[in-house]
Amino acid sequence: MSINRREFLKIAGASTLFGLTGTAAVEEILRTNADAAVLKGPNALNAKRWAMTIDVNKIRSEEEYRKITHACHSIHNVPDIGNKKDEIKWIWEEEYENSFPGLSDEFVPDHIKHKPFLLLCNHCAKPPCVRVCPTKATFKRPDGIVAMDYHRCIGCRFCMAACPFGARSFNWRDPRPFIKEENKEFPTRMKGVVEKCTFCSERLARGQKPACVEASNGALTFGDLEDPNSEVRHVLSTHYALRRKPDLGTGPSVYYVIGGGTEHA
Amino acid sequence: MYNGGKIILGLVIFIGLFTFPVFYNMGKTAEAPKPSIDTPVINEMEVKQCVESKEWMKANHMQMLDEWRDSVLRDGNLEYVSKTDGKNYVMSLQNTCMRCHSNKKEFCDKCHTYANVKPYCWTCHIAPKENEI
Ligand code: SF4
Ligand code: SF4
Ligand code: SF4
Repeated sequence: MSINRREFLKIAGASTLFGLTGTAAVEEILRTNADAAVLKGPNALNAKRWAMTIDVNKIRSEEEYRKITHACHSIHNVPDIGNKKDEIKWIWEEEYENSFPGLSDEFVPDHIKHKPFLLLCNHCAKPPCVRVCPTKATFKRPDGIVAMDYHRCIGCRFCMAACPFGARSFNWRDPRPFIKEENKEFPTRMKGVVEKCTFCSERLARGQKPACVEASNGALTFGDLEDPNSEVRHVLSTHYALRRKPDLGTGPSVYYVIGGGTEHA
Repeated sequence: MYNGGKIILGLVIFIGLFTFPVFYNMGKTAEAPKPSIDTPVINEMEVKQCVESKEWMKANHMQMLDEWRDSVLRDGNLEYVSKTDGKNYVMSLQNTCMRCHSNKKEFCDKCHTYANVKPYCWTCHIAPKENEI
């Protein structure tokens, strides 16, 4: 069934009129043909819960930061609109104070205080953005990735209000003119939808690690948080790491390595 | 009856105007669209075979694309097993369908324009740059 935002709104409105709940309408729309023969890719990377570690001390120059963010934004056709208000970002730099607001203290060592941290969607274990999305355009996959289906996004921006990490951007204008070089193998987005980091689900399906991890020269690692032998678990068991705003209870899956390792990394 | 003549005349004019488009087009056949498969990739193929038979695709491609989308996005799948030739195809409008059908204007648009359907695929999926290959 083909349905666009406008039609969805019509159906949702009509259902409300008839005293049905919005959810019933969504369930109806989500029904798919169960017996089609489809497969995972032969090289697909699988996990129970994908997670990332970021060691900013291993990113030494502005150029290295840019290499990482550029890797993501160029392959995902993220536009560079050039003003703060309309900005679209999947991964970006922020100072310690804004990254870990509850933990900022005047005596935090300078090398941490003024070090830019790389921020992105945390692919939270209990994602508030998923709870508030009225259309299931934002949803959590069994492997922990908080994904988006742009076909279904109605641009209500509830998810942006719910996300405590500022991980989502809204397309106030047509992004296409602001994409310098399109990656012809990946779609763009359109005016009126929200977008964010996908944990590179399209690359995992083909057996590749996230683009930012690949471009990071070992500063970023990626793996299964529930596999004790995974790379992320190895990093976490040998380094002291923080998550952003853990007290909010969303359970972020992105870890920031702060302390040095107990073994030479 | 008051003004019977005028009423009847009015009705005749009204019906005449109202049904004008029907009579105007009567006897004229709108040419059936002929989507072209003349593209470099298709011309290279020994057996010109889509992921399913031509007839099936004609009738079902829209449902199939809809299911592909949910299967890829929601369930993390990548490949579709053809019921026609048993081969696996990567489920991707932009990378699989349009790689062969790189002539969107002469293929997709031909029928869509004829049938006055306006799929909104191309606001996000990048259409092939035509005559540039
Ligand atoms: S970081 Fe924000 S957008 Fe990402 S899963 Fe958590 S709440 Fe949702
Ligand atoms: S704007 Fe956010 S909450 Fe609203 S439909 Fe889109 S993804 Fe869901
Ligand atoms: S995981 Fe992928 S989508 Fe997310 S920031 Fe890294 S490169 Fe971008």
